[in-house]
Amino acid sequence: MAGNQPSARPRSPHLQVYKWTPAMAVSIFHRVSGDGLAIVGGLMFLWWLGALAAGPDAYAAFLACVWHDPSPEVSTLHQITNILGKVVLIGLTWAFFQHLFSGLRHFVLDTGAGYELKTNKLWSTLVFIGSITATAAVWLYAFAEALNG
Amino acid sequence: MGNGTRLGRVRGLGSSHHGSAHWIQQRLTALANILLVTWFVVSMFRLPLGDHAAVLRWASNPTVALALILLTASVFWHLRLGLQVMIEDYVHGEATKILSLVLLNFYAIGGAAYGIFAIIRIALAPAAGLAPGGM
Repeated sequence: MAGNQPSARPRSPHLQVYKWTPAMAVSIFHRVSGDGLAIVGGLMFLWWLGALAAGPDAYAAFLACVWHDPSPEVSTLHQITNILGKVVLIGLTWAFFQHLFSGLRHFVLDTGAGYELKTNKLWSTLVFIGSITATAAVWLYAFAEALNG
Repeated sequence: MGNGTRLGRVRGLGSSHHGSAHWIQQRLTALANILLVTWFVVSMFRLPLGDHAAVLRWASNPTVALALILLTASVFWHLRLGLQVMIEDYVHGEATKILSLVLLNFYAIGGAAYGIFAIIRIALAPAAGLAPGGM
């Protein structure tokens, strides 16, 4: 009984068993976006802070890796990381909005409200629409600013 | 029993006597994160991030530095709680679970210390934002 031998008892059902609905998807993505922010977001934040504190050269090296390498002969590594960096930053922005909106939904659920099937489905769907819209808006603004100098 | 709020009646009664404390800390740091991380994300999109001197000048402002320290503490506390639950749910072997939780604590506490120390370095750097190049 103490877990010394593998048990033949059925395990609790998991992702592959459930039918995907907005309410379960928003729950899964709350965890996915939170874990992404916690690990990737946390490490990027510390890298950026450390580079900022270390001085102009370290900061330039950080930017050359993550965003844009201004040198005339950009290494293959930096060509890859420049694209990867933007993908990660856009992904983190989406994760932030997803986790924020989903977290606000949880604060409402904590009060005991919003569990009715239709209400639950509506707000779960709106969390996804909101996070994607906010991410798109923010990055269109950022890229437009970058183009206008 | 029969008195107090529903939360008050279960506090300290979980299997490890800390379940509701975890829950409350998770909500408190979530509330702080709403304010601090939203402020941070807006700042990131407004700052000229390619300009080291400008970003350093911003970060060395006492109010900004204080907010950044609070942000680091709140975020790393919150992510420690969240990742802990993820590990408890998905890591099943007793030894791997303990090892994962040890690594998580090293990351959360070490990361927060590294971040806060970097902010203090920026805020207390001699003549930050005065000398050419911002250093």
